[in-house]
Amino acid sequence: MKIVVLMKQVPDTWGERTLDVTTGLSERAATDAVIDEIGERALEVALTHRDAVKGTEVVVVSMGPASVTAALRKGLSMGADSAIHVLDDGLVGADAWLTSKVLAAVVARSGADVVVAGNESTDGRGGVVPAMIAEHLGLPHLSFLNDVTLTPGEVSGSRSTDTGTLQAHAALPAVISITEGLPEARFPNFKGIMTAKKKPLEVLSLADLGLAAASTVAGNGRSVVVSTVQRPARTAGTKTIDEGNAGVELAEFLVAGRLI
Amino acid sequence: MTHVLALIDLSPSGEISNTAPGLLAAAAALGTPVAVTVTAPGVGSILGGQLGALGAEIVFAAESEQLGSVLIAPQIEALAAAVAAYPSSAILVSNTSDGRDIAGRLAVRLNAGLVIDAVAVRQADDSSILATHSVFGGAYIVESTVTGGLAVVTVRPGSIDDRATPVTATVATATISVDAARFAAIDSIADTAVESSRPELRDASIIVSGGRGLGSKENFVLVEQLADALGAAVGASRAAVDAGYIAQTAQVGQTGITVSPNLYIALGISGAIQHRAGMQTAKTIVAINKDADAPIFDVADFGIVGDVFKVVPQLIDAINARAK
Repeated sequence: MKIVVLMKQVPDTWGERTLDVTTGLSERAATDAVIDEIGERALEVALTHRDAVKGTEVVVVSMGPASVTAALRKGLSMGADSAIHVLDDGLVGADAWLTSKVLAAVVARSGADVVVAGNESTDGRGGVVPAMIAEHLGLPHLSFLNDVTLTPGEVSGSRSTDTGTLQAHAALPAVISITEGLPEARFPNFKGIMTAKKKPLEVLSLADLGLAAASTVAGNGRSVVVSTVQRPARTAGTKTIDEGNAGVELAEFLVAGRLI
Repeated sequence: MTHVLALIDLSPSGEISNTAPGLLAAAAALGTPVAVTVTAPGVGSILGGQLGALGAEIVFAAESEQLGSVLIAPQIEALAAAVAAYPSSAILVSNTSDGRDIAGRLAVRLNAGLVIDAVAVRQADDSSILATHSVFGGAYIVESTVTGGLAVVTVRPGSIDDRATPVTATVATATISVDAARFAAIDSIADTAVESSRPELRDASIIVSGGRGLGSKENFVLVEQLADALGAAVGASRAAVDAGYIAQTAQVGQTGITVSPNLYIALGISGAIQHRAGMQTAKTIVAINKDADAPIFDVADFGIVGDVFKVVPQLIDAINARAK
């Protein structure tokens, strides 16, 4: 079985993330770039399956600027067999439609049985790309899965709904996305880090995928950013040290502000 | 005026979700609102009165025998049929997991532009649609639009307080069938929603959250006691969830739920950026923490450096005394 894992490099959520207010783009240089944690968990799903089932091949795929190489190398050091990096200046500011179109082309080219992604990235928080890839390819998809069972012809799992949970399955090939309900990823070990350097990392342009940046969106609606404004930073208000009466003072504050 | 479709979320038993009034108000602000519902055969038209009262001029009542057996496909097919019957400038869907799946696949199918997680929508002077987004935990306000065609917009639940003027809706029914092979099949649906007297975290006006400072699952009850005294929802930091004090569904923050209540009370939460990203747009923030240097105090309107186990019981007593 061939499993393609989609990973996204994002600004570290433990740092102060910023947008360029003139372009509306994420300022990648402002914070450490890391693999989104949910993408690492997606890779763990694939690696766990490979540990159990011989003959499983795991390919990590990412789209983004040159810095994405580091994220893919980490994926390889964790245990993926090979990596694909889609790198093209025509993808700067790509919306979900174009992103999903490009990733669908990679999936089609790879001949994947299953595509595993995180449910949503921590930067854009869109959570739509896996479903869109499935629609481009005419495949079933199962998103926001809290657990995953993978058999030779089928994937199944449960997802949370507004009122409970839902159990569903889909025939392979299929696209799935997973939530934080799945286990944390393993750490790369020394052997993994050493062998990662020798594993194949293919770099593809839009032309390599048979796509042209402009033509892929011609005739389509495209989502574009019109304006970006930074909200003024919150300022600290009163800070008091409890001297035995702070609970009463807080109640008075809440009443005075008509908050309770 | 152009039509604007709103996909109405329905519970498994067919009740209209509390996301419907906001979605229909947003649709009414952009054009003639058309409510799209998907139900089992024979019951589609009964929601017409209620949806008219929420502002729907037209109810497109799609009925499908495959609802409940094929995941999200009947909703996609219903919206595609509705947009063919009522040419529209936009299709509005809730930004839930189902809603995002529906919107994503529909946007690809219709070659439409996709706008995700809008907290407000309005029509620009040139009649294009402008959506407002709250990005990086509300640190940025971004406006986006769709160029070159139909817009599919997911709207953050609870973000639109406006309500449309009640009207008498015209109901049109349609029968929908889908190609099941292209979608996942539903095996079972478990309605496990706990009958809680507490409001939902997502759109509560008051939230009391607890962090690692509570120390244990047993001690976390303090958070629930204060929440109940205030009629508030219960939230938690990731640290508290990871420590097993409370279920992941209560997690507020970058990797949990983003909330924007009138009042947010943080108990024993240090205020890592991860957490602040999920709550810093609250109108008023109160923090109680024994560490005077905790970053939560940088965003708190009222901060107390002290022991939550002393301050909170006193606060609960004061609230209860006032209630009498």
